[in-house]
Amino acid sequence: MDFLDLLTSTSARALAFSTPLLWAALGEIYAERAGVVNLGVEGMMILGAVAGFIVGQTSGSPLLGLVLAAGVGGVAALVHAFIAVTLRANQYVSGLALTIFGLGLSGLLGREWVGQPLVNSMTFVTVPVLSEVPVLGPVLFTDQYLLTYAGLVAAALLWFVLHHTRLGMTLRTVGEAPVAADVAGINVMAVRYGAVAFGGVMAGIAGAYLSVAYRPSWGEGMTNGMGWIALAMAIFALWDPLRAVGAAFLFGAFFTLSFRLQNVFPPELLTLMPYVFTIVALTLVALGKGARSFGAPAALGQPYQRGER
Amino acid sequence: MSLLERLGYRLEQRPVPPGRVVFLVTVGAIVAALIVTGIIFSLFGVNPFYAYATIAERTLFNFRGFTEVVRKSIPLLLAGVGLVLAFRAQFWNIGAEGQILAGAVAATGLALFVPLPVWLMIPGMFLAGFLAGGLWGLVPAYLKVRLGVNEIITTLMLNYVALYIVRWLINGPWKGASATGFSYSDKFDRAIWLPTVGTTRLHWPTLLLGLVLALFVALLLSRMQLGFEIRMMGQSPEAARYAGVNFLRTTLILVLFSAGAAGLAGVGEVAGIHHRLIEPNSISLGYGYTAIIVALLARGSPLAAILSALFMGLVFASGDIMKVALRLPFQITGVINGLILMFVICAEPFLRYRLVRLSAEHRRGLNGRGVESAD
Repeated sequence: MDFLDLLTSTSARALAFSTPLLWAALGEIYAERAGVVNLGVEGMMILGAVAGFIVGQTSGSPLLGLVLAAGVGGVAALVHAFIAVTLRANQYVSGLALTIFGLGLSGLLGREWVGQPLVNSMTFVTVPVLSEVPVLGPVLFTDQYLLTYAGLVAAALLWFVLHHTRLGMTLRTVGEAPVAADVAGINVMAVRYGAVAFGGVMAGIAGAYLSVAYRPSWGEGMTNGMGWIALAMAIFALWDPLRAVGAAFLFGAFFTLSFRLQNVFPPELLTLMPYVFTIVALTLVALGKGARSFGAPAALGQPYQRGER
Repeated sequence: MSLLERLGYRLEQRPVPPGRVVFLVTVGAIVAALIVTGIIFSLFGVNPFYAYATIAERTLFNFRGFTEVVRKSIPLLLAGVGLVLAFRAQFWNIGAEGQILAGAVAATGLALFVPLPVWLMIPGMFLAGFLAGGLWGLVPAYLKVRLGVNEIITTLMLNYVALYIVRWLINGPWKGASATGFSYSDKFDRAIWLPTVGTTRLHWPTLLLGLVLALFVALLLSRMQLGFEIRMMGQSPEAARYAGVNFLRTTLILVLFSAGAAGLAGVGEVAGIHHRLIEPNSISLGYGYTAIIVALLARGSPLAAILSALFMGLVFASGDIMKVALRLPFQITGVINGLILMFVICAEPFLRYRLVRLSAEHRRGLNGRGVESAD
């Protein structure tokens, strides 16, 4: 019984920890499915976090903060889309610039808000009836944030859209074979803009989850590399929204478990575990799939220009 | 396109932009970034002209201020030249920050715990730092070439790993005897501090190393077989494969140099400035990330990296002045960094295309056909 308790409580905390990773990774999966890499996830997340906190604090409504954070993430992503899709400049550099800019700007904007607790933070939600189910109840349906449930629903929805709708087909074609998509009458640029902006919205939400729910406060650099881990998770999940759920939960579980070792290990060494685990996970995927045929969208990272080749 | 043509111009792709154009476009991008920064200054209620004048006065026209600019450009130069080398081979090393810290840790370990003769200590620290930084880069390099693991993510993850290792060291096994409140290691013996110019903090041996390294990498890329292979790997991996370039060997060597250079920068910071291992964010104020901008501004030229490192050193030094003299938050430097990088990347089309005036005949032809475009 003790073991079961440990298992459920660890799983529940893992789920809460994995939520921002899931949201950000889902967004990046869509952007990359359309053929655009956005290394700016960390930057968009931190901008979402600071915007969410400031709006949440001044308005008293964490929900309003969340909505604005999504918008800020989307706008930041549009900058990347302009540079990567319209100007066809180096996507890696553009995304990095967005991350550096976002980290700088969020530090500047959030300067006066550091250390304040949020007046009204998002509250836990316990789903009636379902929380009574043994094992799954306490893990999934007790004391989680609404965004955690919403993330799981979003993953299922995005999976369905990607694989079973015309929109998903369009998105995948643009990422796999932009020339063919163009010939078929698809507006490649518009689809890529849309996918990148969507990725930004999701990253903004992921950031706000941290600042208005999970750790209802603002701290400089509070995303702490989560955006980069989300980027790794898109690869780890082989660009599939449902696999992303598993990947995120695995990360969360590993992170939570390593914290159970607090008595054995110094805290600093535990904190670096997720980063090591990210490298190990990417290596395992590569080992499993062989260096080729990763399942990456064929046109990933390549700008598209009509009339070229 | 058609609007341009009606005005009598068209865009033409150019294969290799001349150096003059590259320089002008880069400067133009920087100026644009500084104009936007000026707007930010005004938003904080500081007259931008006054702000820039104050910054210039205290950095460029003041001896001590200028040595601070150079001092801050030392780690940027070392790490930046290393990144120039890596980027030429299309190896996206984003991990200079962690490699700097690895170098700092190695130097500290040697300084505090290895009883070497004093004259051997300084060269020993640089060697240890070079190797430690290099090792920090070799893991991602191996994983990339052998398994195709994305090096951007692995090098970046290792930054965090290095950061927490340093924190662990200064809070745990290497915690100094006098450390209360803040955590740091014991101080290095005064005999093994790097010499500085006069009473400034300009540790010239590291600066010299940076300049020598820039020259060496320039020679390597232009004159040596290894440099040729590196360039070929970057420009056309297929051709490199046919030519029999050993990707694993070449990548490991170039990354050892690239990451090792960043390691040297870390040695300079602890042995030349702090004389102990301290909080990682104070050892490197984000030098590893800014070195990416240094390398990109230099557009593949190690010698140009000397200039761009000086410029970014100026930005860092301005951060202190903004804080002290202008009462602006130092976080503005982060924003400036991002803006510069963004404008530089936005300026890329100016390098790839040029505006060409259509021939008189062509123009007449177009006008004759009215609004119809060539499309």
